[in-house]
Amino acid sequence: MALLRRLARQELPLVSFTLNGEACLGRAGDTVLTAILTQSDRLRLSDFSGGPRAGFCQMGACQDCWVLTTDGERIRACTTALEPGMNLRTVTEPRS
Amino acid sequence: MRPLIVGAGPAGILAAQTLVNSGIRPVVIDEAPSGGGQIYRQRLVPDERSAKDLYGSEANKATALHRTFAGIRDRIDYHPETLVWNLRDKVADAVTGHRTRRIPFSHLILATGATDRVLPFPGWTLPGVFTLGGSQIALKSQGCAIGEEVVFLGSGPLLYLVAWQYVKAGAKVAAVLDTSPLSAKLHLLRGLFAQPSVVLRGFRYVTELMARGVAVRFGVQPILIDGTARVEGVVWRERGEEHRLTCDAVGYGFSLRSETQLADLAGCRFVFDTRDRAWRPERDGAGRTSMPGVYIAGDGAGIAGADAAELAGERAGLALIEDAGLLVDRARIGVLERKLARIQKFRDVLESAFPFPETWANSIADDVTLCRCEEIAIGDVRAAVRDQGVFELNRLKALTRVGMGRCQGRMCGSAAMEVLAAACGQSPDAAGRLRAQPPIKPIPMGVMAQEETA
Ligand SMILES: Cc1cc2nc3c(=O)[nH]c(=O)nc-3n(C[C@H](O)[C@H](O)[C@H](O)COP(=O)(O)OP(=O)(O)OC[C@H]3O[C@@H](n4cnc5c(N)ncnc54)[C@H](O)[C@@H]3O)c2cc1C
Ligand code: FES
Repeated sequence: MALLRRLARQELPLVSFTLNGEACLGRAGDTVLTAILTQSDRLRLSDFSGGPRAGFCQMGACQDCWVLTTDGERIRACTTALEPGMNLRTVTEPRS
Repeated sequence: MRPLIVGAGPAGILAAQTLVNSGIRPVVIDEAPSGGGQIYRQRLVPDERSAKDLYGSEANKATALHRTFAGIRDRIDYHPETLVWNLRDKVADAVTGHRTRRIPFSHLILATGATDRVLPFPGWTLPGVFTLGGSQIALKSQGCAIGEEVVFLGSGPLLYLVAWQYVKAGAKVAAVLDTSPLSAKLHLLRGLFAQPSVVLRGFRYVTELMARGVAVRFGVQPILIDGTARVEGVVWRERGEEHRLTCDAVGYGFSLRSETQLADLAGCRFVFDTRDRAWRPERDGAGRTSMPGVYIAGDGAGIAGADAAELAGERAGLALIEDAGLLVDRARIGVLERKLARIQKFRDVLESAFPFPETWANSIADDVTLCRCEEIAIGDVRAAVRDQGVFELNRLKALTRVGMGRCQGRMCGSAAMEVLAAACGQSPDAAGRLRAQPPIKPIPMGVMAQEETA
């Protein structure tokens, strides 16, 4: 279930991407963090205990929002703009 | 002459404008895709909201600053989406995407701003818990609330501001839980004389929140943020009694902390600011650090707010110009310094009205996660003190990895200092200062060096 709730920007063009293989829609101007957390309630599992994480600072400081693309690139979700056709993966295994 | 300005917030932009006005062409670097800094952050793409919707009472200042920056664009060398990750002797290493390059400079103005100061509580790593600043960014830049029912918790002026902005934007705010006592707010009466408009605006936020049915509580002692997979509620103690409120998101923070890593790498001397309980680069009233040719302005030099950041940015620009042997307007310098002094006095008032929760360090339980990155517990710090006689932060870092993770102590540093000092029975400054290490933030793997210079 979604973590974030959209209050504005609901008329902006839709941007399609995939999340863990499933087709999803975000909005132009979304960060990857927003695009994921308006569909899901986590971004990753923590490195050691495997606890669920969904970012914290949203300003590139805490580094708790790294996700993967299907080709293995790591991206910091809160400071990366969503682009059409992105294939995103939440990090589901500790210390991946 | 080739000055480098790091940061395009209010401080950096005013510094750049000041140099440009004297015919100097600075390099300006900022991690963000556009200028404005934290408070006047711009959206990635325009949307239906007006400047007034986004910036409220500060809309005119935001628009003016964005216009100033646009106006000097062709007289500066601006690198957006670029992180300065290291400083060596008169050279900065800056990464844009996957390319890093060396940027030589003659002078350096650091205008790197601040991030939220946070303290760990049980449950603070759960999905749905964000910093106050993060909650505000979600709203301003992304048009999102952090949840359906949000609780704001902590201390500092941002607590009420962000709660009010949420309510205005149509979000449901379940409560504002202020960790400082109501009696501390009496200090604001002193502030009424110094900065009446700021204080009255603050009172307006509180009365409007209450009028809309938001519970506002003072003297709150957070016990835990409840939930397993995500936030389900908040539990706190208030006048000896325990309370619980159901919610699905918590925005929290305890004022701000300066981003000082670059000043450290530049070799600047630091002093401990007892009021702000933090180390900051030593500077004179003009923003000169202990290193010749290195200046510092805005919240990165010590928390003072956006208006002070603009003044300090201009003041630092003028100091650089003066030190370079060029002519400066003395009368203007006088005006800037008087205004800055007045804001500093007001900061004393704000600190007394939103005091740091001093009892936190001794009362926080051993099993609470202190470091989000390396998942080190509060108890590990106390054990290092007890079993290994540790009393200094860098030694603690070497032994426990606190402050060594991806965030480089940005999230845990203040708390680690408080817990370490408390466990040693010392004041926070006695714990020493976490040293910065390049790269100051993670840079993409496989970054390519580019020997081209700007
Ligand atoms: C999240 C947040 C929200 C805030 N909201 C408000 C508010 O609503 N009202 C209010 O009065 N005050 C607010 N504040 C305080 C406010 O940010 C400051 O008073 C003001 O923005 C300070 O201006 P500045 O120029 O010093 O720094 P900032 O505005 O923070 O600008 C610093 C800039 O430096 C850049 N930077 C830092 N390090 C590097 C680096 N190594 N490489 C490249 N670029 C770098 C950052 O990207 C940033 O754009 C907020 C603070 C935070 C952290
Ligand atoms: S949420 Fe903190 S770095 Fe992205």
